[in-house]
Amino acid sequence: MRAVPATGHGGGRASLEPDIAVLDQDPPAGGTDVLRINDLRVEFRFPRYSVEVLAGIDLSVGSGEIVGIVGESGSGKSVTALSIVGLLQRPGFVTGGRIDFAGTDLLEVGADEMRAIRGNRISMIFQNPRASLNPVFSVGKVLREVLRVHSGLRGGAATARAVELLADVGLFDPNAVLRRYPHQLSGGMAQRVMIALALASSPQLLLADEPTTALDVTIQYQIIQLLSRLRQERNLAQIVITHNLGVIAELCDRVAVMYAGTILEEAPVERIFDAPRHPYTQGLLAARARTELTGRLESIPGQVPDMRNRPPGCPFSPRCPHAGDVCRTANPAMEAVEPRHRVACHRWTELA
Amino acid sequence: MSEPLLDVIGLEKRYAVRSGVFRHRDLVAADDVSLTLSAGETLALVGESGSGKSTVGRCILRLEAPSGGCVRLDGTDITELEESDVRRLRPEMQMVYQEPLESLNPRHRVGKLVAEPLVLHGIVGKTEVRNRVVELFQLVGLGEEHVDRYAHALSGGQQQRVGIARALATNPKLLILDEPTSALDVSVEAQILNLLRDLQRRLRLAYLFISHDLAVVSMLADRVAVMYLGQIVETGPTRDVLSNSFHPYTRALVSATPVDHPRQKKLRIALTGEPASPIDPPAHCRLVPRCPYAEPVCSAVAAELLPIDSCRSTRCVRFQQEHCDGIWDPGGDVPIQDTVIRSTESEVNELKLND
Ligand SMILES: Nc1ncnc2c1ncn2[C@@H]1O[C@H](COP(=O)(O)OP(=O)(O)OP(=O)(O)O)[C@@H](O)[C@H]1O
Ligand SMILES: [Mg+2]
Repeated sequence: MRAVPATGHGGGRASLEPDIAVLDQDPPAGGTDVLRINDLRVEFRFPRYSVEVLAGIDLSVGSGEIVGIVGESGSGKSVTALSIVGLLQRPGFVTGGRIDFAGTDLLEVGADEMRAIRGNRISMIFQNPRASLNPVFSVGKVLREVLRVHSGLRGGAATARAVELLADVGLFDPNAVLRRYPHQLSGGMAQRVMIALALASSPQLLLADEPTTALDVTIQYQIIQLLSRLRQERNLAQIVITHNLGVIAELCDRVAVMYAGTILEEAPVERIFDAPRHPYTQGLLAARARTELTGRLESIPGQVPDMRNRPPGCPFSPRCPHAGDVCRTANPAMEAVEPRHRVACHRWTELA
Repeated sequence: MSEPLLDVIGLEKRYAVRSGVFRHRDLVAADDVSLTLSAGETLALVGESGSGKSTVGRCILRLEAPSGGCVRLDGTDITELEESDVRRLRPEMQMVYQEPLESLNPRHRVGKLVAEPLVLHGIVGKTEVRNRVVELFQLVGLGEEHVDRYAHALSGGQQQRVGIARALATNPKLLILDEPTSALDVSVEAQILNLLRDLQRRLRLAYLFISHDLAVVSMLADRVAVMYLGQIVETGPTRDVLSNSFHPYTRALVSATPVDHPRQKKLRIALTGEPASPIDPPAHCRLVPRCPYAEPVCSAVAAELLPIDSCRSTRCVRFQQEHCDGIWDPGGDVPIQDTVIRSTESEVNELKLND
């Protein structure tokens, strides 16, 4: 396991906007953060208009930490992940912010360097694993190629390492899996293969975008266990994107709740479930079906705003039962509820 | 108790698949499926992908012809009916699909899509159609302004409301809901689940609710039937089945369902590997290769769904032989998975088998 270099972000600090300065209080700057995103902004530009789909995201991931991003469809979870690894496609543009990773701002590095980082030190897995694998290559061919590029392994050494990796992600007969093609894998097996590929370069950070959404519940649990074991054994930092609060409860250390391109609340997982401060987080927790529950659910009225006409003020205000005048006019700043718990709500102190 | 609205007896659906040049083998998608459903009641059909839930739904609607068994609706055996008579029965049973957008024709205004079945089955006179469409929209919580929109201009939740309005147009007695909320966001899913509850109360609808999400099932269903590889392996009242499962597969499903809260402790049962092939399945229990409780007897005798008490049944051979008063302690060294261990508080959960 490679040591994680401390992130160096000295100089840029002073020039940051006031609402981000809250970030400085905690966690202490220059700690063991693997990744630190500051005020990330992304815009999609179309011929007649453009849409800001990330309106200033702040998020950090500590070493060996699993941070969950939860939010509804279109809230910007995938765009956040794609921006980190430089895979955001046109017409999407990063229009501002920093993404510090091991002392480099990922938004400043060139395409070649980004490709090297992406293959080596940050890996990403997706919702539909079979579609992310090239159908004409066997698992063995792809895995050996990745090992050749990243570790210079060839021949027998590459095959041995490939078998080791496949066994490590819990595949029963690694030698047989090596010979298989993507269409010969079940969804769960394909996701394990993707994770093996992601681990081939011993990354420091794994981004998982809805890694279990397409899987059956018993297979989902196996993948949750695998990701959890990787945190344990390799100290692998992870960002896990999901809309499933159950997956968050099982797996994550910390949670960021996204809505309409902003993070509305962020806290350690137990705080989110025990003492959510944002009305949206509270609504989400109340709305989900739970096994111990019968009867009506408390649903959040209305629907997610169309990003083209983002409401003024707090993006949740049109659906919020507590919204007042200020909520509909001014954008709330992130405030610290307690050291590791932040919320962007004008009225959180009144409502607490 | 009065005669059930829907009575399915020994339903079977096989597909011939080729293997090699001469050999044909059978893919058994549904095997020995029996269930009943009364007006105003919800039965959930639970299982993982490929377990045959949707096949059962399609066979009941006669969208596919079953290979065996019989389906009775209101006492009429619909498996015996000619295609033309089936069409006459169609209005009685309707389906709501998982992907609302895919089931709605993008070229027509959604009001027209809801009007179609009204006209097709002559439910109301020509002049009444528009009024009835607006009524149906109101019934599912959509304002009149949505009638003239196209599906893609609606949110996912609104699309699913249109799908439900369309299904209700023919005044059906039975709705087959095939994962109706799994494509929706959490907050919208809650709206649709509440809507389905309210509609059931008002219209005394019977729901066959196909789902793999036990949390959603426990909110909506009176009874559940758990399917594995084409067979029902356990049935009974929802609460009982989920809290005290008689079949190891049900236990595994319950155990794999994510916790509601990060501190919740949960019994975890390891189900190794993945489901076996549905081609030429054995007569004995199909879970044997994955089951932590399997013993030689499980591969030696045929597994049949047998009643355990007045309202519950299971296909587990060991349970049938060893249970007493509905409690089964399989004993022995059953491999139980460790719960996920967090980096922040590496706590090891205390696990007990029958708690
Ligand atoms: N290629 C694209 N062109 C235009 N808009 C896009 C594109 N990709 C994403 N968007 C927009 O960016 C916003 C954020 O999308 P994103 O895919 O990040 O959401 P998400 O939170 O991942 O949603 P989901 O849960 O559905 O995966 C949405 O409004 C979406 O419509
Ligand atoms: Mg996404």
